Amino acid sequence: MELLGLAFALQVLRISVPYALAAMGGTLSERSGVVNLALEGMLLGGAFSATVGSFYGGAAAGVVAGAFGGLLVAALYAWVVLRFGADQIVAGVAINLLALGATRYLLKLIFDSASSSPSVPGFDGAGWAGLFIALTALCVVAIHGWLMLTPGGLRLRAVGDQPAAAHSLGVDVLAVRWRAVLAAGVLAGLGGAWLALDNHGFVDRMSGGRGYIAIAAMIFGRWQPLTATAACLLFGLADALQLNLQTTTTLLPREWVQMLPYVLTMVALVGVAGRSRPPAALGTPFGR
Amino acid sequence: MQRQWIALAALVALNAALLVAGAGRGARGEASGRLRVGLVLDVGGLGDRSFNDAAHRGLTRAEAQLDLETRLIEPGDGSDRESAIRQLAAAGFDLVIGVGFIFSDDLRAAARQFPEVKFACVDYSPGQPPPANLAGLRFREHEGSFLVGAIAGLVTRTQRVGFVGGMRIPLIRKFEAGYEAGVRQVCPRCQVLSAYAGTDPRAFADPTTGKELALAQYGQGADVIFHASGNTGKGVFNAARELGKLAIGVDSDQFDEAPCCVLTSMVKGVDVVVEQAILDLAAGRFAGGEREFGLAENGVGFVLDDRNRDRIGEAALLRVEELRRQIVSGAIEVPWQ
Repeated sequence: MELLGLAFALQVLRISVPYALAAMGGTLSERSGVVNLALEGMLLGGAFSATVGSFYGGAAAGVVAGAFGGLLVAALYAWVVLRFGADQIVAGVAINLLALGATRYLLKLIFDSASSSPSVPGFDGAGWAGLFIALTALCVVAIHGWLMLTPGGLRLRAVGDQPAAAHSLGVDVLAVRWRAVLAAGVLAGLGGAWLALDNHGFVDRMSGGRGYIAIAAMIFGRWQPLTATAACLLFGLADALQLNLQTTTTLLPREWVQMLPYVLTMVALVGVAGRSRPPAALGTPFGR
Repeated sequence: MQRQWIALAALVALNAALLVAGAGRGARGEASGRLRVGLVLDVGGLGDRSFNDAAHRGLTRAEAQLDLETRLIEPGDGSDRESAIRQLAAAGFDLVIGVGFIFSDDLRAAARQFPEVKFACVDYSPGQPPPANLAGLRFREHEGSFLVGAIAGLVTRTQRVGFVGGMRIPLIRKFEAGYEAGVRQVCPRCQVLSAYAGTDPRAFADPTTGKELALAQYGQGADVIFHASGNTGKGVFNAARELGKLAIGVDSDQFDEAPCCVLTSMVKGVDVVVEQAILDLAAGRFAGGEREFGLAENGVGFVLDDRNRDRIGEAALLRVEELRRQIVSGAIEVPWQ
């Protein structure tokens, strides 16, 4: 059993990368007071545009395009909920459905397939993957530092907790929220780029609910970047354990092993997150 | 308040437009005593390079031989499927074919409601016997999987081979059970590592998980992996390519997914059975009821051409051919669960 070996650790990190990037985006967005169920759609949009970018310009272009694709989805979401004050939960779900339909439509248009893109350049070998994982870690630390220790981060948190007070002190609440949601799009888009480029192409619905897992991790991590990332790693660990145990253990029935990540999510949300406090103004539109 | 409703309405409208954009293609001819055949595809639609495309190939081949009026419908998710079937039946089509096990219940209901129309269901799920005007077509995937299992068992150097499935449902269990029996037949000491990508239909569209499963199995010593997991299998091929190990494709020839590393593919003759159903109808030989297509009917098999012949090797091929004959003659009975 090599469950504690290097290969296993790397597997945990690879699985956690999209969770962590999406959870960082979710944290920024929600700390500014904007619910972000649309992470799933941003992951998917990022994965698709990364594939297109990589198809025409190689893996590096794919990464940039992935961030841009996530940004586009986020801009649409921000426009609907910030400009028009639409219900954030409903709009988030709508964006996710839209992303599903739009990616499938474009897949057919650009790659003439209803199911998957052709093989595109992606992350080959440990170099690329290692670089991407390191950048993700750097992102997490930078975001945590910025959000918790700088005036800009304080303004963002103030906007999420007491928008009226922040407004009275001259903070442009909507501008802060716009920037937070767009940043979430870039981060989740990068997570999508990882999904696509690690597998050299796009597959219809390939985000597979990872955006929702990221939301659970963010709540579990009490809306703080470092703890949210720790929660992502825990979910990644549960996934990796499940994948390996399926073939190596005969002690537990396969169904039980496959349940592991879900049970962990439930326990996490009930046991710990039940006591975690969301930003006070989460989900409340700020009218002018 | 009003503006937010407008924004939401716009989003909903955009969604609806995209859904409609995927559905419906016009008929190619008007009624004129010609045989009218409708084909309703599974989720994924045309261009899936697998199941649906194969069904479409069968339709096209029949069209080349007969004077047909055909209509192709690519439904979205869920209830569109049933309405597509009814729409064709009500429009007086002679034969309506649904592609995918998911059509089983809808087609049975439609067949009862339209007794004068003939129906066919590819991958008809077992259990409920079909009415006389519905042909429930099934493959003996376990027989084809047995042969690729035997190939894996003969080619492996580590005495360990892998299997990656999508979801653990009876259909996919057939692949796993046949494969395992095939491996054991030629290599009793070989170990089959087996894992599934998930517990809901997303498990067939998750290459990331497929890749991690395959990397784990290769890491545990497997040197050949057979997948029956739809698009999740792309991850298996990526893992094979990264490590230079072998993988076995499914449903159609998947050599191009990883030219370095594909040993063979277990193929299902979806095109053959669709074409046959139409030809049977034209010849007045259409028969309802359940029908199975295995090795004996050329309904399943494995890919063998100049690109992979050397990878399998002459000795192994002779052995596999002998096994094929034994299955066809009934000397070997392949387990399916």
